[in-house]
Amino acid sequence: MFFETLWNRLSRALLEQGRWKMYLEGLGNTLVIALIATLIGTTIGVLFAMIKYINKKSGKLKIISKIVDVYITIVRGTPVVLQLMILYFIVFSGWNNGIMIGAITFGINSGAYVAEIARAGFESVDDGQMEAGRSLGMSTWQTMYHIIIPQAVRNCLPPLFNEFITLVKETAIVGYVGIMDLGKIPGLIQSRTFDYLFPLLIAALLYLAVVMVLTKILHIIEKHFSKSDRRSGGVANGK
Amino acid sequence: MENNNTPLIQVRNLKKSFGDVAVLDDISTDIYKGERVVVIGPSGSGKSTFLRCLNCLEDPTGGEIIFQNENIADPKVDINKHRQNMGMVFQQFNLFNNKTVLQNIMLAPMTIYGKNAKKNGIGKKQFEEQCREKAMSLLKRIGLEDKANVYPSTLSGGQKQRIAIVRALAMEPEVMLFDEPTSALDPEMVGEVLDLMKELAKEGMTMVVVTHEMGFAREVADRILFMCDGVIAEEAAPDEFFNNPKNPRLQQFLQKVL
Repeated sequence: MFFETLWNRLSRALLEQGRWKMYLEGLGNTLVIALIATLIGTTIGVLFAMIKYINKKSGKLKIISKIVDVYITIVRGTPVVLQLMILYFIVFSGWNNGIMIGAITFGINSGAYVAEIARAGFESVDDGQMEAGRSLGMSTWQTMYHIIIPQAVRNCLPPLFNEFITLVKETAIVGYVGIMDLGKIPGLIQSRTFDYLFPLLIAALLYLAVVMVLTKILHIIEKHFSKSDRRSGGVANGK
Repeated sequence: MENNNTPLIQVRNLKKSFGDVAVLDDISTDIYKGERVVVIGPSGSGKSTFLRCLNCLEDPTGGEIIFQNENIADPKVDINKHRQNMGMVFQQFNLFNNKTVLQNIMLAPMTIYGKNAKKNGIGKKQFEEQCREKAMSLLKRIGLEDKANVYPSTLSGGQKQRIAIVRALAMEPEVMLFDEPTSALDPEMVGEVLDLMKELAKEGMTMVVVTHEMGFAREVADRILFMCDGVIAEEAAPDEFFNNPKNPRLQQFLQKVL
Protein backbone atom coordinates (compact mmCIF):
# COMPACT_ATOMS: atom_id res chain seq x y z
CA MET A 1 0.00 0.00 0.00
CA PHE A 2 2.73 2.41 1.11
CA PHE A 3 4.96 1.45 -1.79
CA GLU A 4 2.12 1.72 -4.19
CA THR A 5 1.54 5.31 -3.17
CA LEU A 6 5.22 6.05 -3.50
CA TRP A 7 5.25 4.49 -6.95
CA ASN A 8 2.30 6.62 -7.96
CA ARG A 9 4.02 9.76 -6.73
CA LEU A 10 7.21 8.85 -8.58
CA SER A 11 5.29 8.04 -11.70
CA ARG A 12 3.49 11.34 -11.58
CA ALA A 13 6.77 13.21 -11.04
CA LEU A 14 8.63 11.41 -13.78
CA LEU A 15 6.53 9.50 -16.30
CA GLU A 16 3.13 11.16 -16.68
CA GLN A 17 2.87 13.47 -19.67
CA GLY A 18 6.51 12.72 -20.47
CA ARG A 19 7.70 14.84 -17.56
CA TRP A 20 11.15 13.16 -17.61
CA LYS A 21 11.82 15.21 -20.72
CA MET A 22 11.53 18.36 -18.62
CA TYR A 23 14.35 17.24 -16.34
CA LEU A 24 16.53 16.43 -19.31
CA GLU A 25 15.78 19.75 -20.92
CA GLY A 26 16.55 21.53 -17.66
CA LEU A 27 19.74 19.52 -17.27
CA GLY A 28 20.73 20.39 -20.83
CA ASN A 29 20.19 24.09 -20.16
CA THR A 30 22.15 23.91 -16.92
CA LEU A 31 25.07 22.23 -18.67
CA VAL A 32 25.03 24.74 -21.54
CA ILE A 33 25.00 27.67 -19.12
CA ALA A 34 27.76 26.14 -16.98
CA LEU A 35 29.93 25.24 -19.96
CA ILE A 36 29.72 28.63 -21.65
CA ALA A 37 30.16 30.38 -18.31
CA THR A 38 33.26 28.28 -17.60
CA LEU A 39 34.75 29.16 -20.97
CA ILE A 40 34.03 32.87 -20.54
CA GLY A 41 35.14 32.84 -16.90
CA THR A 42 38.39 30.99 -17.55
CA THR A 43 39.28 33.22 -20.49
CA ILE A 44 38.58 36.42 -18.57
CA GLY A 45 40.18 35.09 -15.40
CA VAL A 46 43.44 33.85 -16.93
CA LEU A 47 43.79 36.95 -19.09
CA PHE A 48 43.23 39.29 -16.15
CA ALA A 49 45.51 37.27 -13.90
CA MET A 50 48.26 37.55 -16.51
CA ILE A 51 47.75 41.30 -16.72
CA LYS A 52 48.07 41.60 -12.94
CA TYR A 53 51.09 39.27 -12.88
CA ILE A 54 52.94 41.17 -15.61
CA ASN A 55 52.04 44.46 -13.91
CA LYS A 56 53.43 43.21 -10.62
CA LYS A 57 56.64 41.85 -12.12
CA SER A 58 57.46 44.57 -14.62
CA GLY A 59 55.34 47.61 -13.76
CA LYS A 60 53.79 47.58 -17.25
CA LEU A 61 50.00 47.63 -17.97
CA LYS A 62 49.33 49.87 -14.99
CA ILE A 63 45.98 51.31 -16.08
CA ILE A 64 44.53 48.02 -17.36
CA SER A 65 45.61 46.40 -14.12
CA LYS A 66 43.71 49.04 -12.12
CA ILE A 67 40.59 48.42 -14.22
CA VAL A 68 40.93 44.69 -13.55
CA ASP A 69 41.08 45.43 -9.82
CA VAL A 70 37.88 47.45 -10.01
CA TYR A 71 36.14 44.65 -11.91
CA ILE A 72 37.20 42.03 -9.40
CA THR A 73 36.13 44.19 -6.46
CA ILE A 74 32.67 44.91 -7.89
CA VAL A 75 31.94 41.37 -9.03
CA ARG A 76 33.07 39.77 -5.80
CA GLY A 77 31.41 42.43 -3.69
CA THR A 78 27.85 42.07 -4.99
CA PRO A 79 25.45 39.11 -4.95
CA VAL A 80 25.38 37.13 -8.17
CA VAL A 81 21.57 37.15 -8.17
CA LEU A 82 21.62 40.95 -8.42
CA GLN A 83 24.21 40.79 -11.19
CA LEU A 84 21.91 38.40 -13.03
CA MET A 85 18.90 40.67 -12.63
CA ILE A 86 20.89 43.72 -13.75
CA LEU A 87 22.00 41.94 -16.91
CA TYR A 88 18.67 40.28 -17.57
CA PHE A 89 16.29 43.16 -16.89
CA ILE A 90 18.48 46.14 -17.76
CA VAL A 91 21.57 45.51 -19.87
CA PHE A 92 20.08 42.85 -22.14
CA SER A 93 16.41 43.75 -21.61
CA GLY A 94 15.65 43.56 -25.33
CA TRP A 95 17.18 40.13 -25.76
CA ASN A 96 15.04 37.13 -24.97
CA ASN A 97 17.74 34.47 -24.98
CA GLY A 98 17.73 33.82 -21.24
CA ILE A 99 20.18 30.96 -21.39
CA MET A 100 22.86 33.08 -23.04
CA ILE A 101 22.26 35.93 -20.61
CA GLY A 102 22.61 33.48 -17.73
CA ALA A 103 25.81 32.08 -19.23
CA ILE A 104 27.26 35.56 -19.71
CA THR A 105 26.35 36.57 -16.15
CA PHE A 106 28.03 33.55 -14.66
CA GLY A 107 30.97 33.90 -17.02
CA ILE A 108 31.58 37.46 -15.85
CA ASN A 109 31.03 36.44 -12.25
CA SER A 110 33.28 33.40 -12.40
CA GLY A 111 35.95 35.41 -14.23
CA ALA A 112 36.62 37.46 -11.10
CA TYR A 113 37.12 34.37 -8.96
CA VAL A 114 39.20 32.58 -11.58
CA ALA A 115 41.35 35.72 -11.89
CA GLU A 116 42.22 35.54 -8.21
CA ILE A 117 42.84 31.79 -8.34
CA ALA A 118 45.02 32.11 -11.45
CA ARG A 119 46.92 35.06 -10.00
CA ALA A 120 47.82 32.95 -6.99
CA GLY A 121 48.89 30.25 -9.45
CA PHE A 122 51.17 32.62 -11.34
CA GLU A 123 52.66 33.97 -8.14
CA SER A 124 53.40 30.47 -6.89
CA VAL A 125 55.86 30.01 -9.77
CA ASP A 126 59.39 30.82 -8.63
CA ASP A 127 60.76 34.10 -10.05
CA GLY A 128 63.91 32.25 -11.06
CA GLN A 129 61.95 30.43 -13.76
CA MET A 130 61.22 33.68 -15.60
CA GLU A 131 64.78 34.90 -15.06
CA ALA A 132 66.21 31.67 -16.45
CA GLY A 133 64.02 31.91 -19.54
CA ARG A 134 64.90 35.56 -20.11
CA SER A 135 68.61 34.96 -19.49
CA LEU A 136 68.62 32.46 -22.36
CA GLY A 137 67.28 35.13 -24.68
CA MET A 138 63.63 34.10 -24.80
CA SER A 139 61.05 36.89 -24.68
CA THR A 140 58.69 37.44 -21.74
CA TRP A 141 55.87 35.98 -23.79
CA GLN A 142 57.87 32.90 -24.90
CA THR A 143 58.82 32.23 -21.30
CA MET A 144 55.22 32.74 -20.15
CA TYR A 145 53.99 30.29 -22.77
CA HIS A 146 56.53 27.51 -22.31
CA ILE A 147 57.39 27.80 -18.63
CA ILE A 148 55.24 30.04 -16.44
CA ILE A 149 51.72 29.24 -17.67
CA PRO A 150 52.10 25.43 -17.55
CA GLN A 151 53.44 25.61 -14.01
CA ALA A 152 50.85 28.17 -12.91
CA VAL A 153 48.04 26.06 -14.35
CA ARG A 154 49.28 22.98 -12.56
CA ASN A 155 49.59 24.84 -9.27
CA CYS A 156 46.08 26.27 -9.36
CA LEU A 157 44.16 23.27 -10.70
CA PRO A 158 42.61 22.15 -7.38
CA PRO A 159 41.03 25.53 -6.49
CA LEU A 160 40.15 26.10 -10.15
CA PHE A 161 38.28 22.81 -10.36
CA ASN A 162 36.56 23.65 -7.11
CA GLU A 163 35.36 26.84 -8.78
CA PHE A 164 34.02 24.88 -11.79
CA ILE A 165 32.05 22.55 -9.55
CA THR A 166 30.65 25.44 -7.53
CA LEU A 167 29.70 27.14 -10.77
CA VAL A 168 27.62 24.18 -12.00
CA LYS A 169 25.52 24.24 -8.85
CA GLU A 170 25.40 28.01 -8.56
CA THR A 171 23.78 28.36 -11.98
CA ALA A 172 20.54 27.21 -10.31
CA ILE A 173 20.06 30.88 -9.50
CA VAL A 174 19.03 31.58 -13.12
CA GLY A 175 15.58 30.22 -12.23
CA TYR A 176 15.13 33.59 -10.50
CA VAL A 177 14.55 35.30 -13.83
CA GLY A 178 12.52 32.43 -15.29
CA ILE A 179 15.22 30.54 -17.15
CA MET A 180 14.33 26.83 -17.44
CA ASP A 181 17.38 25.22 -15.88
CA LEU A 182 17.44 22.04 -13.84
CA GLY A 183 16.89 23.90 -10.59
CA LYS A 184 13.68 25.43 -11.90
CA ILE A 185 12.07 22.14 -12.95
CA PRO A 186 10.93 20.75 -9.55
CA GLY A 187 8.90 23.89 -8.91
CA LEU A 188 7.26 23.63 -12.32
CA ILE A 189 6.30 20.01 -11.85
CA GLN A 190 5.08 20.61 -8.31
CA SER A 191 2.77 23.33 -9.59
CA ARG A 192 0.97 20.61 -11.58
CA THR A 193 1.21 17.60 -9.27
CA PHE A 194 1.20 19.40 -5.91
CA ASP A 195 3.97 17.03 -4.81
CA TYR A 196 7.53 18.24 -4.19
CA LEU A 197 9.17 15.03 -2.94
CA PHE A 198 10.31 13.27 -6.13
CA PRO A 199 10.87 16.30 -8.32
CA LEU A 200 13.31 17.67 -5.75
CA LEU A 201 15.02 14.32 -5.23
CA ILE A 202 15.39 13.73 -8.96
CA ALA A 203 16.82 17.17 -9.60
CA ALA A 204 19.23 16.78 -6.68
CA LEU A 205 20.35 13.37 -7.96
CA LEU A 206 20.97 14.78 -11.42
CA TYR A 207 23.12 17.61 -10.02
CA LEU A 208 24.97 15.07 -7.92
CA ALA A 209 25.59 12.84 -10.93
CA VAL A 210 26.92 15.76 -12.97
CA VAL A 211 29.25 16.84 -10.19
CA MET A 212 30.53 13.29 -9.67
CA VAL A 213 31.27 12.80 -13.36
CA LEU A 214 32.91 16.23 -13.48
CA THR A 215 35.03 15.44 -10.42
CA LYS A 216 36.21 12.25 -12.07
CA ILE A 217 37.18 14.04 -15.28
CA LEU A 218 38.97 16.82 -13.41
CA HIS A 219 40.85 14.25 -11.39
CA ILE A 220 42.20 12.67 -14.57
CA ILE A 221 43.26 16.06 -15.90
CA GLU A 222 44.98 16.91 -12.63
CA LYS A 223 46.89 13.65 -12.70
CA HIS A 224 48.04 14.35 -16.24
CA PHE A 225 49.37 17.76 -15.25
CA SER A 226 51.31 16.53 -12.23
CA LYS A 227 53.54 14.24 -14.27
CA SER A 228 56.63 16.37 -13.70
CA ASP A 229 56.39 15.53 -9.99
CA ARG A 230 56.95 11.90 -10.77
CA ARG A 231 60.34 10.40 -10.99
CA SER A 232 60.62 10.31 -14.75
CA GLY A 233 58.93 11.19 -17.98
CA GLY A 234 58.14 7.56 -18.52
CA VAL A 235 61.03 6.84 -20.87
CA ALA A 236 64.17 6.45 -18.82
CA ASN A 237 62.43 4.84 -15.87
CA GLY A 238 64.40 2.56 -13.61
CA LYS A 239 67.81 4.07 -14.21
CA MET B 1 94.99 37.41 -21.19
CA GLU B 2 95.50 41.03 -22.15
CA ASN B 3 95.08 41.75 -25.79
CA ASN B 4 94.69 44.85 -27.87
CA ASN B 5 91.31 44.07 -29.38
CA THR B 6 88.29 45.97 -28.27
CA PRO B 7 86.82 44.46 -25.11
CA LEU B 8 83.92 42.02 -25.38
CA ILE B 9 82.02 43.93 -22.70
CA GLN B 10 82.72 47.53 -21.75
CA VAL B 11 81.16 48.73 -18.54
CA ARG B 12 81.09 52.51 -18.25
CA ASN B 13 80.03 54.35 -15.09
CA LEU B 14 77.45 51.69 -14.26
CA LYS B 15 75.02 52.73 -11.54
CA LYS B 16 72.19 50.84 -9.91
CA SER B 17 70.02 51.91 -7.03
CA PHE B 18 66.97 50.35 -5.46
CA GLY B 19 64.91 53.32 -4.32
CA ASP B 20 67.31 55.53 -2.36
CA VAL B 21 69.87 52.80 -1.82
CA ALA B 22 72.77 52.95 -4.26
CA VAL B 23 73.96 49.38 -4.74
CA LEU B 24 76.37 50.04 -7.58
CA ASP B 25 78.17 53.36 -7.58
CA ASP B 26 79.94 54.26 -10.80
CA ILE B 27 81.55 51.01 -11.93
CA SER B 28 83.76 50.86 -14.99
CA THR B 29 85.68 47.88 -16.29
CA ASP B 30 86.45 46.02 -19.50
CA ILE B 31 86.05 42.33 -20.06
CA TYR B 32 88.11 40.91 -22.93
CA LYS B 33 87.45 37.88 -25.05
CA GLY B 34 88.75 34.73 -23.39
CA GLU B 35 89.28 36.49 -20.09
CA ARG B 36 88.23 34.90 -16.81
CA VAL B 37 87.12 37.53 -14.36
CA VAL B 38 86.25 36.52 -10.82
CA VAL B 39 84.28 38.89 -8.62
CA ILE B 40 84.54 38.51 -4.86
CA GLY B 41 83.49 40.63 -1.94
CA PRO B 42 81.50 40.62 1.29
CA SER B 43 77.76 40.04 1.10
CA GLY B 44 75.83 43.16 0.24
CA SER B 45 78.77 44.58 -1.68
CA GLY B 46 76.79 44.58 -4.93
CA LYS B 47 78.66 41.81 -6.73
CA SER B 48 75.55 39.82 -7.69
CA THR B 49 73.78 43.01 -8.74
CA PHE B 50 76.80 43.89 -10.90
CA LEU B 51 76.61 40.51 -12.62
CA ARG B 52 72.84 40.75 -13.10
CA CYS B 53 73.24 44.20 -14.62
CA LEU B 54 75.63 42.81 -17.23
CA ASN B 55 72.73 41.04 -18.99
CA CYS B 56 70.15 43.54 -17.72
CA LEU B 57 68.26 41.13 -15.48
CA GLU B 58 68.50 44.20 -13.29
CA ASP B 59 68.02 47.38 -15.28
CA PRO B 60 70.93 49.72 -14.61
CA THR B 61 69.87 53.16 -13.39
CA GLY B 62 72.84 54.83 -15.04
CA GLY B 63 75.87 54.26 -17.21
CA GLU B 64 76.53 52.09 -20.22
CA ILE B 65 77.22 48.47 -20.99
CA ILE B 66 78.63 48.06 -24.48
CA PHE B 67 78.25 44.55 -25.87
CA GLN B 68 78.35 43.67 -29.56
CA ASN B 69 78.66 47.37 -30.39
CA GLU B 70 75.45 48.33 -28.66
CA ASN B 71 74.69 49.93 -25.33
CA ILE B 72 72.51 47.19 -23.89
CA ALA B 73 71.66 49.29 -20.83
CA ASP B 74 69.47 51.33 -23.17
CA PRO B 75 65.89 50.06 -22.68
CA LYS B 76 65.21 50.50 -26.41
CA VAL B 77 67.75 47.81 -27.34
CA ASP B 78 66.42 44.33 -28.16
CA ILE B 79 67.91 42.74 -25.08
CA ASN B 80 66.78 39.22 -26.03
CA LYS B 81 69.13 39.21 -29.01
CA HIS B 82 72.10 40.06 -26.77
CA ARG B 83 71.17 37.67 -24.00
CA GLN B 84 71.36 34.84 -26.53
CA ASN B 85 75.09 35.49 -26.52
CA MET B 86 75.41 35.80 -22.73
CA GLY B 87 74.83 32.59 -20.83
CA MET B 88 73.88 32.87 -17.19
CA VAL B 89 74.11 30.37 -14.37
CA PHE B 90 72.18 31.01 -11.18
CA GLN B 91 72.79 30.15 -7.55
CA GLN B 92 69.45 28.34 -7.41
CA PHE B 93 69.99 26.53 -10.77
CA ASN B 94 66.53 27.57 -12.05
CA LEU B 95 66.01 24.56 -14.26
CA PHE B 96 62.54 24.60 -15.80
CA ASN B 97 60.49 22.40 -13.47
CA ASN B 98 57.89 21.47 -16.06
CA LYS B 99 60.44 20.25 -18.62
CA THR B 100 62.62 17.17 -18.72
CA VAL B 101 66.39 17.59 -18.65
CA LEU B 102 66.60 17.23 -22.42
CA GLN B 103 63.74 19.69 -22.96
CA ASN B 104 65.45 22.14 -20.60
CA ILE B 105 68.48 22.20 -22.87
CA MET B 106 66.57 22.19 -26.17
CA LEU B 107 63.88 24.75 -25.34
CA ALA B 108 65.72 28.02 -25.93
CA PRO B 109 67.49 26.99 -29.19
CA MET B 110 64.24 25.48 -30.50
CA THR B 111 62.12 28.48 -29.55
CA ILE B 112 64.55 31.13 -30.70
CA TYR B 113 66.14 29.58 -33.80
CA GLY B 114 63.27 27.31 -34.81
CA LYS B 115 61.68 30.09 -36.86
CA ASN B 116 64.82 30.68 -38.88
CA ALA B 117 65.32 26.99 -39.60
CA LYS B 118 62.67 27.03 -42.27
CA LYS B 119 64.22 30.00 -44.01
CA ASN B 120 67.50 28.11 -44.15
CA GLY B 121 65.75 25.20 -45.81
CA ILE B 122 65.69 22.95 -42.76
CA GLY B 123 62.43 21.25 -41.84
CA LYS B 124 61.03 21.54 -38.33
CA LYS B 125 61.57 17.86 -37.59
CA GLN B 126 65.10 18.00 -38.88
CA PHE B 127 65.91 21.08 -36.82
CA GLU B 128 64.49 19.47 -33.71
CA GLU B 129 66.66 16.44 -34.39
CA GLN B 130 69.73 18.67 -34.64
CA CYS B 131 68.87 20.34 -31.34
CA ARG B 132 68.32 16.98 -29.72
CA GLU B 133 71.66 15.64 -30.92
CA LYS B 134 73.44 18.71 -29.66
CA ALA B 135 71.68 18.52 -26.29
CA MET B 136 72.55 14.84 -25.98
CA SER B 137 76.21 15.50 -26.77
CA LEU B 138 76.23 18.21 -24.08
CA LEU B 139 74.71 15.75 -21.62
CA LYS B 140 77.26 13.13 -22.59
CA ARG B 141 79.98 15.60 -21.92
CA ILE B 142 78.87 15.92 -18.29
CA GLY B 143 78.11 12.21 -18.04
CA LEU B 144 74.37 12.67 -17.51
CA GLU B 145 72.97 11.29 -20.75
CA ASP B 146 70.98 8.72 -18.77
CA LYS B 147 69.09 11.62 -17.11
CA ALA B 148 67.84 13.06 -20.41
CA ASN B 149 64.22 12.14 -19.84
CA VAL B 150 63.81 12.76 -16.11
CA TYR B 151 62.43 15.90 -14.53
CA PRO B 152 64.70 18.22 -12.52
CA SER B 153 62.99 17.43 -9.21
CA THR B 154 64.72 14.04 -9.19
CA LEU B 155 68.28 15.38 -9.52
CA SER B 156 70.93 16.33 -6.99
CA GLY B 157 72.05 19.95 -6.71
CA GLY B 158 75.35 19.25 -8.44
CA GLN B 159 73.60 17.52 -11.33
CA LYS B 160 71.12 20.38 -11.63
CA GLN B 161 73.84 22.98 -11.75
CA ARG B 162 75.88 21.11 -14.35
CA ILE B 163 72.75 20.79 -16.50
CA ALA B 164 72.04 24.50 -16.00
CA ILE B 165 75.55 25.21 -17.30
CA VAL B 166 75.15 23.11 -20.44
CA ARG B 167 71.68 24.55 -20.96
CA ALA B 168 73.35 27.96 -21.23
CA LEU B 169 76.08 26.49 -23.45
CA ALA B 170 73.47 25.14 -25.88
CA MET B 171 72.94 28.73 -27.04
CA GLU B 172 76.68 28.94 -27.85
CA PRO B 173 77.18 32.18 -25.94
CA GLU B 174 80.16 34.51 -26.24
CA VAL B 175 80.41 34.90 -22.51
CA MET B 176 79.17 33.01 -19.46
CA LEU B 177 78.03 34.77 -16.29
CA PHE B 178 78.06 32.74 -13.08
CA ASP B 179 76.15 34.05 -10.06
CA GLU B 180 77.51 32.15 -7.03
CA PRO B 181 77.10 28.83 -8.85
CA THR B 182 78.23 26.68 -5.91
CA SER B 183 76.72 28.55 -2.96
CA ALA B 184 73.53 26.48 -2.82
CA LEU B 185 75.31 23.14 -3.13
CA ASP B 186 76.14 20.51 -0.55
CA PRO B 187 79.91 20.57 0.03
CA GLU B 188 80.56 17.24 -1.70
CA MET B 189 78.94 18.53 -4.89
CA VAL B 190 80.91 21.74 -5.20
CA GLY B 191 83.83 19.96 -6.84
CA GLU B 192 81.94 18.54 -9.82
CA VAL B 193 80.55 21.97 -10.70
CA LEU B 194 83.90 23.73 -10.31
CA ASP B 195 85.57 21.06 -12.44
CA LEU B 196 83.13 21.72 -15.27
CA MET B 197 83.76 25.46 -14.96
CA LYS B 198 87.51 24.89 -15.06
CA GLU B 199 87.07 22.85 -18.23
CA LEU B 200 85.20 25.74 -19.82
CA ALA B 201 87.93 28.12 -18.76
CA LYS B 202 90.55 25.86 -20.36
CA GLU B 203 88.60 25.90 -23.61
CA GLY B 204 88.88 29.67 -23.68
CA MET B 205 85.33 30.61 -22.71
CA THR B 206 84.99 34.18 -21.52
CA MET B 207 83.69 33.99 -17.98
CA VAL B 208 82.57 36.37 -15.27
CA VAL B 209 82.19 34.50 -12.00
CA VAL B 210 80.81 35.78 -8.73
CA THR B 211 81.93 33.31 -6.10
CA HIS B 212 83.21 32.66 -2.61
CA GLU B 213 85.50 29.87 -3.80
CA MET B 214 88.94 31.43 -3.25
CA GLY B 215 90.72 28.33 -4.53
CA PHE B 216 88.84 28.58 -7.80
CA ALA B 217 89.62 32.28 -8.07
CA ARG B 218 93.32 31.67 -7.50
CA GLU B 219 93.50 28.81 -9.98
CA VAL B 220 91.31 30.02 -12.82
CA ALA B 221 91.06 33.81 -12.76
CA ASP B 222 93.03 36.10 -15.03
CA ARG B 223 91.83 39.00 -12.97
CA ILE B 224 90.00 39.32 -9.68
CA LEU B 225 87.70 42.19 -8.79
CA PHE B 226 87.11 42.95 -5.14
CA MET B 227 83.80 44.71 -4.68
CA CYS B 228 82.91 46.62 -1.57
CA ASP B 229 80.11 49.12 -0.93
CA GLY B 230 79.10 49.20 -4.57
CA VAL B 231 82.51 49.99 -6.05
CA ILE B 232 85.45 47.97 -7.34
CA ALA B 233 87.81 48.55 -4.46
CA GLU B 234 90.69 46.62 -5.95
CA GLU B 235 91.42 44.61 -9.07
CA ALA B 236 94.49 42.54 -9.79
CA ALA B 237 95.82 39.24 -11.10
CA PRO B 238 95.45 36.42 -8.54
CA ASP B 239 99.07 36.39 -7.34
CA GLU B 240 99.11 40.08 -6.67
CA PHE B 241 95.57 40.00 -5.33
CA PHE B 242 96.15 37.35 -2.68
CA ASN B 243 99.79 38.00 -1.81
CA ASN B 244 99.93 41.73 -1.91
CA PRO B 245 96.50 43.25 -1.26
CA LYS B 246 96.58 47.04 -0.94
CA ASN B 247 93.06 48.03 0.03
CA PRO B 248 92.57 47.73 3.82
CA ARG B 249 89.04 46.33 3.36
CA LEU B 250 90.44 43.63 1.09
CA GLN B 251 93.15 42.82 3.64
CA GLN B 252 90.47 42.41 6.30
CA PHE B 253 88.30 40.34 3.98
CA LEU B 254 91.14 37.98 3.01
CA GLN B 255 92.08 37.50 6.64
CA LYS B 256 88.56 36.31 7.36
CA VAL B 257 88.13 33.97 4.40
CA LEU B 258 91.61 32.46 3.94
